[in-house]
Amino acid sequence: MTENEVLVRVEDLKMHFPIYRGVIQRQVGSVRAVDGISFNIHRGETLGLVGESGCGKSTTGRTMLQLYKPTAGKVFFKDIELSSLKNEQMRQMRKNVQMIFQDPYASLNPRMTIRDIIAEPIVAFGTASGKEIDDRVNELMGLVKLDPDFMQRYPHEFSGGQRQRIGIARALANNPSFIVCDEPISALDVSIQAQVINLFEDLQKELDLTYLFIAHDLSMVRHISDRVAVMYLGITVELADRNEIYSNPIHPYTKALLSAIPVADPSFYETRERIVLEGDVPSPANPPSGCRFRTRCPIAEGYCAESRPEFREIMPGHFVECFKADHPDNKRR
Amino acid sequence: MTIEILNVKGLETQFKTPEGIVHAVNGVDFKLNESETLGVVGESGCGKSVSMLSILKLIPQPPGKIVAGNAMFKEQDLLQMSNEEIRHVRGGQISMIFQDPMTSLNPVMTIGKQLAEPLMLHMGFNKEQARDRSIELLELVGIPRAADRLKDYPHQYSGGMRQRVMIAMALSCAPQILIADEPTTALDVTIQAQIVELVIRLREELGMAIIWITHDLGVVASIAHRVAVMYGGFIIEEAPVKELYANPRHPYTIGLIGSLPQIQEQGRKRLYSIEGMPPMLYQKPRSCPFSPRCRWVKERCRNENPLLESINDGHKVACWVDTVTGSERA
Repeated sequence: MTENEVLVRVEDLKMHFPIYRGVIQRQVGSVRAVDGISFNIHRGETLGLVGESGCGKSTTGRTMLQLYKPTAGKVFFKDIELSSLKNEQMRQMRKNVQMIFQDPYASLNPRMTIRDIIAEPIVAFGTASGKEIDDRVNELMGLVKLDPDFMQRYPHEFSGGQRQRIGIARALANNPSFIVCDEPISALDVSIQAQVINLFEDLQKELDLTYLFIAHDLSMVRHISDRVAVMYLGITVELADRNEIYSNPIHPYTKALLSAIPVADPSFYETRERIVLEGDVPSPANPPSGCRFRTRCPIAEGYCAESRPEFREIMPGHFVECFKADHPDNKRR
Repeated sequence: MTIEILNVKGLETQFKTPEGIVHAVNGVDFKLNESETLGVVGESGCGKSVSMLSILKLIPQPPGKIVAGNAMFKEQDLLQMSNEEIRHVRGGQISMIFQDPMTSLNPVMTIGKQLAEPLMLHMGFNKEQARDRSIELLELVGIPRAADRLKDYPHQYSGGMRQRVMIAMALSCAPQILIADEPTTALDVTIQAQIVELVIRLREELGMAIIWITHDLGVVASIAHRVAVMYGGFIIEEAPVKELYANPRHPYTIGLIGSLPQIQEQGRKRLYSIEGMPPMLYQKPRSCPFSPRCRWVKERCRNENPLLESINDGHKVACWVDTVTGSERA
């Protein structure tokens, strides 16, 4: 892994979805799903993106790959700005940037054989032809540890874990360098999750892949990521090295989120103090003024409502968006 | 002094499907003591929900069928009760909360009406009494402005609040047993923490026994006193919570606990993974259902199904192999 070579760069990315009302479908507002986030992803690294449902983590992944047209902000892949690309240029770019989806039941066409599903991106880009296609499909199935004899079967004949492997093989078909993994294990059973996570790690080493790993399972994210970004209501509240963020969380939301993780160790609960957050996440169509988290924050002050805090580097490589990051109220754990 | 409140023996449930008979539950025995929380864990299809639904005869029959077993609740067999009799038990003495609070609530009925319904039915309250008690219940589960919110419909509540309403409803008739079927699976972690905290507080205040069904070994560790692990329609291991996590003995439990990443982990260890996948239950297993995936497997495991047996104080395991020594059990 070559350190510090930035493969993907996100600058102040925003994705607002319009809300239409009435007979003439006038736009009355917008859902600010992603509201100004910035980060880099280095080559060969896994950046974990965590947050609760509705925080904008999947939208971030999709907008980065231009599956939605960003409202504002830029996404660079190897210094090429993706939203400036014309349709055909972007289509060619998709060889390099791929996506793996959450639901292995919905993301595979039930009427296509496994061979056709995996071969589709190869055929679409004409990267192989004739007999070569079958050889490549064979190779890809071997790579994700599926028996190539199953090539002529249909998705319904496979279990959830196997289907996710098919989705992975399809994503790998054109040798991408960057893959957005959108909750790839949440739909799988516990004993299958470990199999798929191990596969992700093996493939990363073997093929020099870079991942954006989106998930809500914080312990899995810690396991697979090099760095972790925490999202809340459309913004990243904290970003740091995985060990740093789990041992020294600074943002009050990160602290609460980490303390809420269920841990498979009963004696842990005798000593742990839980920070239980009050209330629910506000609507992203009408987010709180100033700091997004202030309505549920245990240490919020009046001034938190006035302006949005800056996403600043409080320690080398550790970014936090909070006015009170260094404040004595926000004591370290 | 522990008083036994529920005793289930030899429970077997099957489903008729176009592909054949699915043997979902294949002989489950367990006991529940007063004010105890029993965690039931396992992966999808292991029979954990079906066993608990069978106890309350909530399995649609047909295609489902409870083939054998009994479930003694206060000297009465729940499985032998008539539909009329069991209706008085359900929601009254034994109540249940489900995974998805949106589909378990009636969308066209106000929360107030839904809360009042069981109170008027089981407790014989009149409208006014039911309303007062409903407000108390909503306050108990931590819903602010309870009196105003009775007029609201389920869609006006958030996911976490709906699950609180479900809990309020389940507790409304002061049940002796609460069966919670994956009650926090659909919720986010911070909301899940709120609900777990709430159930622990209510358990202390009201003293009911709880059966908590989940696939999340983390949640079970935080709430259960005793845990039963299910696989292939059997309970394959059962132990007090600390004992189970410290000394898992069944190969499946060992694999399950080992496959979880440790939150305290510093370096990057490879996750332990159980190869293969759970069995399809088109036949009642005659051998150990885990044997095709087990790394301790012996000849005997492929021919005979081990029974759940005590190995020490309250720790039971169904396995022919002693996983500590690696040799066959005598």
